Amino acid sequence: MSLARHWRLQDERYKLIGKECAACGKKLFPSRDICPHCGSRDLKPYRFVGRGEIYSYSTIYQPPAGYEAFVPYTVALIRLDEGPLITAQLTDLDREGVEIGQRVEMVTRKLREYGPEGLIVYGYKFRPVLKG
Amino acid sequence: MRSVSIIGIGQTEVREHWERPLRGLAVASITAALDDAGVDRADALYVGNMLSGELTGQEHLATLIADFAGLRGIEALKVEAACGSGGAAVRMGYLAVASGLHDLVIVTGVEKMTDCEDGLVTEALAMAGDGEYEAMQGLSFVALNALLMRRYMHEYRVSHEDFAGFSINAHKNAARNPYAIFRRPITREEFMSARMISDPINLLDSSPVGDGAATLILCPEDEAQRLCPTPVTIIASATATDTIALHDRDNPLFLQAAHESAQKAYAQAGVGPEDIALFELHDAFTIMAALSLEACGFADNGRGVELAKDGEISLQGRIPISTMGGLKGRGHPVGASGVYQIVELVQQLRGEAGANQVNCHVGMAQSIGGTGATAITHILKGPH
Amino acid sequence: MKPDREVGIVGYGAYIPRYRIKADEILRVWKSIDTIHLEEKSVPGLDEDTATMAIEAGRNALKRAAIDPQEIGAVWVGSESKPYAVKPTATIVAEALGATPHTNAADWEFACKAGTEAMQAAIGFVGSGMARYALAIGVDTAQGRPGDQLEYTASAGGAAFIIGPKEESLAYLEGSYSYVSDTPDFFRRPHQFYPQHGHRFTGEPAYFKHTYYAAKHLMDELGYTPHDYAMVIFHQPNSKFPRRVAQRLGFTEKQLKPGFLVEVIGNAYAGSSPLGFAAALDEARPGDRILLVSFGSGAGSDALSFTATERILKNDDSLRRVRDYIARRQEIDYGTYCRYRDNLNSH
Repeated sequence: MSLARHWRLQDERYKLIGKECAACGKKLFPSRDICPHCGSRDLKPYRFVGRGEIYSYSTIYQPPAGYEAFVPYTVALIRLDEGPLITAQLTDLDREGVEIGQRVEMVTRKLREYGPEGLIVYGYKFRPVLKG
Repeated sequence: MRSVSIIGIGQTEVREHWERPLRGLAVASITAALDDAGVDRADALYVGNMLSGELTGQEHLATLIADFAGLRGIEALKVEAACGSGGAAVRMGYLAVASGLHDLVIVTGVEKMTDCEDGLVTEALAMAGDGEYEAMQGLSFVALNALLMRRYMHEYRVSHEDFAGFSINAHKNAARNPYAIFRRPITREEFMSARMISDPINLLDSSPVGDGAATLILCPEDEAQRLCPTPVTIIASATATDTIALHDRDNPLFLQAAHESAQKAYAQAGVGPEDIALFELHDAFTIMAALSLEACGFADNGRGVELAKDGEISLQGRIPISTMGGLKGRGHPVGASGVYQIVELVQQLRGEAGANQVNCHVGMAQSIGGTGATAITHILKGPH
Repeated sequence: MKPDREVGIVGYGAYIPRYRIKADEILRVWKSIDTIHLEEKSVPGLDEDTATMAIEAGRNALKRAAIDPQEIGAVWVGSESKPYAVKPTATIVAEALGATPHTNAADWEFACKAGTEAMQAAIGFVGSGMARYALAIGVDTAQGRPGDQLEYTASAGGAAFIIGPKEESLAYLEGSYSYVSDTPDFFRRPHQFYPQHGHRFTGEPAYFKHTYYAAKHLMDELGYTPHDYAMVIFHQPNSKFPRRVAQRLGFTEKQLKPGFLVEVIGNAYAGSSPLGFAAALDEARPGDRILLVSFGSGAGSDALSFTATERILKNDDSLRRVRDYIARRQEIDYGTYCRYRDNLNSH
């Protein structure tokens, strides 16, 4: 069972905590040790609000092993308000469908289970903004 | 640095090789290439492969293959760059000869994908992307490409049907390649009604998985004339990388690594896109074909699909691609494809392409890892 | 009973999943006699469970309270549908809400009153001075056996309450009371997927006895009668039981209305009376006195009496109200419902 692998990513998966580069000010998600924009190693934790808009999306009909129970499900690239793109599933979708540019917000949902006896992995997904 | 030539090629059919194991496929292609080159030994073996561990429980692959190919004892290393592993192996073989350290090098790309069921293969292929931040979110490799295709369609206002030409062209050429997995042409109607995998990518946008192996024999250009009547020379070899995840790209719709790799290759060879007679590009998906053409200077951004619509990618067109079927028609045993590309270019440049023959002297191949994270470009020149 | 230090609710939040199955649709399949008189009930999506719902309710509560989650001293989740039989839902929630590591966390169980259990404990915890704030959540993804009467009502959802000092409260506690006995009206053995239901035994000896006496004793102790209350919320296993006990105690339909949700969302078990309470708070005016009476099989009832303060009128349109979640709905058919509730496997 890969327990530590998922446990160590909880700050990112539960709270969207990435990094902010003290040198160039860019916000980074996920976390890194070296700023890809300016090369600085002076990075501090930064919590993203969890709002953004859809950059692109796709509905999956042929899933990787472990995600069969959710098919069909929709994944997306989302442009977070603070700048970075994030890859995540969309959830709580209406039958009307999804549009590029649509505003979305982060929620915490089940990403997958490792069988009925195994770990449940929770993480970020995005849904159309409920209100406000 | 020495100039490097290809004096032998070998390949297996791409298909579900139920009877053949991974090592057997590799050995078959190596034997064929050694026979083609008229040699029976080598200084080194570089094996391109992505999934031997994940799907067949075998790592340490090159050493295993060297032993079973009758080459026990030589330098042997596996090279991995996801679906660009084949191109990466070619790159390593090129470096070994160009550097002067080896005089006879075997480059093999091999992949066995059909021993496992779909879900496991899909899971394994997703490792070409970011395991924690793309794959763990439930994305398949197809889905990553689908995100690109949908964004492309949105930004450039093209339709799904505009991509049909890539698939139709590939199948048409594959039908005339005895090594290809698909042996019949497809129609536009079939393209439009194919089953959706990760929308907008349907079954006929996607290259098929399969088993296969392809091999090159490399030596210094000076030696090549002595050993081979029709040596093909590598006049450029260049690699570039980009972010592994789509979400880290500055502009996901521009394959920056493919662009830089191609630019470096053009500079090395002293040519430009206009000098390239044919381009074995990495058409893992129709969207990749369009983006590759754009990144390498054959079309402006967003105009790649027009080359498919206007027939410019056909054997008679301005820039023939997938001339022996490409990844789409010949098949995409992922780690092997990059070597198949070179094998097919050599066939073309030697005049051995049969019904798919293009009139050519300089050809280009580009092998891509992931969604454009690694790009390895080679430009080849035919014998006079 | 009430603690020496005065406490109250400094923030609250709710969550109801968006899927609904209509009672008529269940009836269409089972052709049973529908005595439950519900319109529809809420159904959790494939990627939802008690933890995910508790997290969203908790986030809503934090937003309303506007406190630093690090100041929370306990995160307590009451549910009978824990994602893990052993591993607290509360640590997942505490981690996601940013309350860890300097906090207590634990899961509570008392069937449908597990949420108010957690509230009672939180009241004691904060009232004793052991923590400045404590978060109590009642939440469930209830299971009803296909074809059983309970299938019409067993639903999903919950609400979270941050207990804190009276000076910071939007509703302060005047007193609470717990009334329990060993009454086995409804239960589930370990490794069983569906609960056992005592049918008519769940009525007078269980639900009515405990809710009636908890409410009565509390009101007597505080010196109040139903007339002193603007609103009352009872646990809602169906639409009849809460109306009957309300009538017996002397409460009116008008007092019942703001927290009466069962007909449109079903019975969210440990989330039922907390959700009703959250809905009532959404509509409360300063000075309104509110009585919350939960019921948990096994059996017992917690009665809690609150009075709303000026802070109840927080003017922020971005705050999610119970009615926002009720309004957000997508109907599903029985087959889809079975898929979502994992009823297609034999249990």
